[in-house]
Amino acid sequence: MSSFPATVSRTDPEPHGGAIHPRWLRLTHWLNALAVTIMTTSGWRIYDAAPFFDFTFPRGMTLGGWLGGALQWHFAGMWLLVGNGLLYLTLNLFSGRLFRRFFPLSPQGVLGDVWKALRGRLAHDDPRHYNQVQRAAYLFAMLDLIVLVASGLVLWKSVQFGLLRELLGGYEAARRIHFVAMALLVGFVGVHLVMVALVPRTLLSMIRGR
Amino acid sequence: MLRSKPVADRPDAASILKEARKVLAPHIGQTSRRAFLRTLTLGGVAMLSGCSLDEDDQVEHALSMISRFNDHVQGWIFDRNALAPTYSQSMLTRPFPFNAFYGVEKAPAIDEAGYTLEVSGLVADKRPWRLGELRAMAQTDQITRHICVEGWSAIGHWGGVRFSDFLMRVGADTGAKYVGFKCADGYYTSIDMPTALHSQTLLALTYDGQVLPREYGFPMKLRMPTKLGYKNPKHIQAIFVTNSYPGGYWEDQGYNWFGGS
Repeated sequence: MSSFPATVSRTDPEPHGGAIHPRWLRLTHWLNALAVTIMTTSGWRIYDAAPFFDFTFPRGMTLGGWLGGALQWHFAGMWLLVGNGLLYLTLNLFSGRLFRRFFPLSPQGVLGDVWKALRGRLAHDDPRHYNQVQRAAYLFAMLDLIVLVASGLVLWKSVQFGLLRELLGGYEAARRIHFVAMALLVGFVGVHLVMVALVPRTLLSMIRGR
Repeated sequence: MLRSKPVADRPDAASILKEARKVLAPHIGQTSRRAFLRTLTLGGVAMLSGCSLDEDDQVEHALSMISRFNDHVQGWIFDRNALAPTYSQSMLTRPFPFNAFYGVEKAPAIDEAGYTLEVSGLVADKRPWRLGELRAMAQTDQITRHICVEGWSAIGHWGGVRFSDFLMRVGADTGAKYVGFKCADGYYTSIDMPTALHSQTLLALTYDGQVLPREYGFPMKLRMPTKLGYKNPKHIQAIFVTNSYPGGYWEDQGYNWFGGS
């Protein structure tokens, strides 16, 4: 903390005793990382059973060994993804962190910060303060996971969740939505990991809290 | 609703599965499927690297337990009044895909003259049925989406006897948990009673207005638009009502038993 006294006093109204990320946030982040890994790698194996594009995922990248195993992983992992996701959203919403960290947010702000980043002028001096690109990216990840769960519910129970099925345009449309949302999430994770590699202390703060 | 018994009925699921695999192994065509029986691959993700076979067994066991839990959840979600969407004749998938654990040329050819449907278990009337008797019952038809566990789907047109009518006619104990099926191709499966009584569950005798062809399951197939394809048995020879879990061909290898959509 001592290295950023000015910024801390300027922007951090959170009384977390020096923690950048509270314990619940770190816990739900890593559980989500595990759930997303299980869901993605088993999902690739399920996709491979009936691909609708001109490619399949290499077997070595997938989880489950065969379709039945991948399905078992996928429908076990869904409980972790949804349970942990609901815990995260609830705590984020009721602690006020969601609004404090992710808003205000504007298209101009995002573009401005992208421009700054491209010129190497985007400051990272205060890890408590998300810039507009981070805010947009993390909110996108949340919404994309919600789309993945909603389309996944249609694929799992297209008759029982009939209203959701119709909203998403039917069973076959839900398959495509599920796939595209997966691809976007994988894209997010890729960018996320590059950013962590560029600013390694963000990894430490997500583990230790500081 | 599935009651809370089935898990207790299967205390030794792991060893039963092992036995089933031994019996089934010679019938499984694709070696890639068998690979799962021993190994779990996780590619670039190292979380399970270095697992011994024992640990693999524990993972398999845990996943099976969760799959059983998911059976209960699906039984609880199942709404007997929720209907699968129906489609117009112009939306039929042509040709409707053949799908089985063997190639189309191996589909059993059954002679109607020598065919009888056996009915057993918790039913009042165990008399075997001839096809003509089923054709004499009230017929209904449906154009619904068949969804395969692999993910693909196809719209088909099936006709036949509402299965609930059939169960009433044979005096089935509709308070029983399961209805099981044995098929001429060695396939077997079982379903929950609420799905058996669902108004769209059909003992299908025709496909698109014609006698059900051999490749689609002659002489009869159980058509359920509320369940995945592998739950819809073809070439049915015997139907039984029971309270002891009968399993299924794919279910015993790891597919989810409820398999509902």
